[in-house]
Amino acid sequence: MRGVGIGGGALGTGLLEKNAGAGTTPASVVGPGAVPITLHINGKPVTLTVEPRVTLSNALREHLGMTGSKRVCDRGTCGGCTVIMNGKTVYSCSVLAIDAQGKNIETIEGLAAPGQLHPISQAFWNNDGQQCGYCTSGFVMAMKGFLDEHPNPTVEEVKHGLGGNLCRCGAYMGIRKAAMEAAKAIQQGGKHG
Amino acid sequence: MANTPDYSWPPMDQRKVIGQPYKRVDGPAKASGRAKYSSDYLSRDLLFGAYQTCPHAHARVLSVDTSEAESTKGVMAVHVAAPAGTEIQWAGAEIAAVAATSTEIAWDAVRKIKVQYEVLPHLVNETDLSKAGARAKAAGERLTGDPDKAFQEAEVTSEGHYGIPVINHVCLETHGSVTQWKGQGDDSQLQCWVSTQDVTHYAGSLAPNLKVPAANIHVRQDHVGGGFGSKFSPDAWGEVAARLSQKAGGRPVKLFLDRATDQKIAGNRPSAYGWIKIGGKRDGTITAWESRTWGTGGFTGGGSPPLPYIITGIPNQRMNHTAVSTNIGPSRAWRAPNNQQASYMTCGAVEDFAAKAGLDPLEVFKINARYTPEARRDTYLFHFDKAAELAGWKKLWHPRGESGPGPMKRGLGIGFNAWAGLGHQSQCRVTLHADGSVNVDIGTQDLGTGTRTIILQVAAETLGLPIGAIKLAIGSNDLPPDSASGGSTTVGGVSSSTRKASMNALAKLYELAAQTLGTTADQLEAAEGRIRVKGTPAKSITWQAACRRIPASGVISEIGETNPRNPMGLMAGGVAGVQMADVSVDIETGVVKVNRYVAVQDCGLIINPRLAESVCYGAISQGISTALYEQRFMDGQTGRMLNPNMEFYKLAGIGDIGDIVVHLDIRPENDKRGVVGLGEPPAVAICAAIGNAVANAIGVRVPNIPMTPEHVLAALEGRTV
Repeated sequence: MRGVGIGGGALGTGLLEKNAGAGTTPASVVGPGAVPITLHINGKPVTLTVEPRVTLSNALREHLGMTGSKRVCDRGTCGGCTVIMNGKTVYSCSVLAIDAQGKNIETIEGLAAPGQLHPISQAFWNNDGQQCGYCTSGFVMAMKGFLDEHPNPTVEEVKHGLGGNLCRCGAYMGIRKAAMEAAKAIQQGGKHG
Repeated sequence: MANTPDYSWPPMDQRKVIGQPYKRVDGPAKASGRAKYSSDYLSRDLLFGAYQTCPHAHARVLSVDTSEAESTKGVMAVHVAAPAGTEIQWAGAEIAAVAATSTEIAWDAVRKIKVQYEVLPHLVNETDLSKAGARAKAAGERLTGDPDKAFQEAEVTSEGHYGIPVINHVCLETHGSVTQWKGQGDDSQLQCWVSTQDVTHYAGSLAPNLKVPAANIHVRQDHVGGGFGSKFSPDAWGEVAARLSQKAGGRPVKLFLDRATDQKIAGNRPSAYGWIKIGGKRDGTITAWESRTWGTGGFTGGGSPPLPYIITGIPNQRMNHTAVSTNIGPSRAWRAPNNQQASYMTCGAVEDFAAKAGLDPLEVFKINARYTPEARRDTYLFHFDKAAELAGWKKLWHPRGESGPGPMKRGLGIGFNAWAGLGHQSQCRVTLHADGSVNVDIGTQDLGTGTRTIILQVAAETLGLPIGAIKLAIGSNDLPPDSASGGSTTVGGVSSSTRKASMNALAKLYELAAQTLGTTADQLEAAEGRIRVKGTPAKSITWQAACRRIPASGVISEIGETNPRNPMGLMAGGVAGVQMADVSVDIETGVVKVNRYVAVQDCGLIINPRLAESVCYGAISQGISTALYEQRFMDGQTGRMLNPNMEFYKLAGIGDIGDIVVHLDIRPENDKRGVVGLGEPPAVAICAAIGNAVANAIGVRVPNIPMTPEHVLAALEGRTV
């Protein structure tokens, strides 16, 4: 069995290590009531009022109506809520919204302009890397984070790199192909642009 | 009937849209995160629901005190689902629910509900039948021929134990709805945004409990995040969401089960355990079968695998099955109910018989194909050879356990499947407008199988239009009624109704166009965006010109209906299939890895080969997950599920499924049967093929699925787990 208890997923994101220092500063204590916060989402500042215990996932979905990321396992296992924060893929169910302040948050809503598809989304469509589609947004964002770091992956690297996301319909064969196609498309797009 | 159009499918070589691998039409919405599921619903006045559930597997509710929850700021409604006196039969059962202005307040509030219980004795584990006592109910012996004599005369006999545990559906979108109850009494109007496999019948199921006319319940679903057989009815939480909304003055309430509760109560596939003995001849022909099996489908028992699976014609059989009632969440249908269990047990026993006889199991399966139903017998024989070719059986198979030196052992195994299919009751409405635009409306749902796409392909093929020219609406009970998506019946149902409605509409359009073209309606056909005279394609008018003849005050609107009792050659049931697994087992760690997995799948007319293949890949990936990882652990002491989450209830990831090879058996003789559903058939044989491959690799049978290190190492050491 993988990981231990609730902490496994959060540790995997590297968030707890980073925040360990901040936690020792009593001056940063806020709450328990709702507090105003500012999040930088897809390049724009957004202000909202949330209780300190509200996760980034719930803030996005229930306060901002950004429902691309899904709440599935709600404990850092399945990747359905994946977003990118300061360049790293994170499970947004395992990040507090208040801790996401000052960080650059990328969600699937910011990947492409309305009516357009990001090359990764296009590759999911082309290779049918989706069925019910509930895991797809999380997978797309995980693939974005993975390809940003591994622009030219092997299939074996894809299997490891996307191992933190689960699909219940079993669209994995298509997702593998989508990763390879998206990597190529992004590289070619870079050359042309 | 003279006026009934010939609805039959166009011949294979004349199809333009049907049979083409179109990409799924809702793909861009899903791949960009823009697709809205009911659980994504958000409005300014939305309330968030949560449940308090029972921690005991068997208990009587003595009291429920909701006062503190009710006085919590932000709580707008509280509903007690299990009042004092209720007997609870499984842990996770819903006791009371709240609706509040935020998810966090709702979670706080349910924790403030105080419930007292009288805890009663429970049984949650059925693996040891001797401990089931009065909870075990024998179904009685089923006898065919003279098994005693047949076993006495048998040249080879083998026996073994086989088991598949209760597993969870784990739909990524949990069960639930957003429900809004406006008005009172007969003026009540309910709006339900649901997560269901049956949009059409949701209102009718909910209405009697709420005492609201079904006609006043409006159901909507654009997408559903997984069902797999577990989302057929509104369930108790559909009703509770409505009651919370009513109590909250008509504000919409979102009540989706939390992950843990979903796994405890909203998706349990029955288990099956048993002992099977086979007798037969040295050439591999089976002559006798004896089985003693049991399993649980929860409190009501249930779940009897149809044994012997597919090779039903074995002349001498003795079978006993016992249903065990346990205090776990009730069973729900799962992609080919009882078939996976039956396939695993039967194929395992056949493989063990082949090993005992010193024969190649491929030959033993083939020689016993004589016992399969006659209609698909040749297909099975063809599929055994085809799968063997694709799996490299001749080159890679070795006698059981002769896997060479070293800790990594490779093995091959066989499984087979069958399913009925056909098509469900369905109505489609096709509306043609004077400006040439087209509506296709069906109250069906797309579970991710590609239902939207195949409806559009059928309509486009029939009307001679591109897919993009047609506006499709599904997912609402305001649309013509369809049926539940279950039993692999959706594709047959909706393709037939769409074909008929499209042709009925065309017949009306032909009448209007005939005059312009100086001919009669029966001489016309629709193709390439034109209405043209058959045999004289130059004599034609554009689709738009034909539609302009529709009076501006009206439309052409026609219904097509699928009747499962009269398939009219458009759809069929009954498919075979053979699968082969190629695995490697590390006998030092007990870890099983799938190298390759080959599926040869019987089919009918394939509307979209890309989507048909995807359904097969999905079914097999899910099956590999079941075969290697999935296990629901119940604590005998507390009666609780120990792993109601996605961390310790293990699911296969992208690196765990090996390479899957799907071969759809597209042949003219299959095509002419019409459309056959594929949701279930390819999901059946995976445990069978993998279980057999593991036995072939390591030389001993690992009786119980999943093929975890614990089970594999125990089998290697001769222990029982």
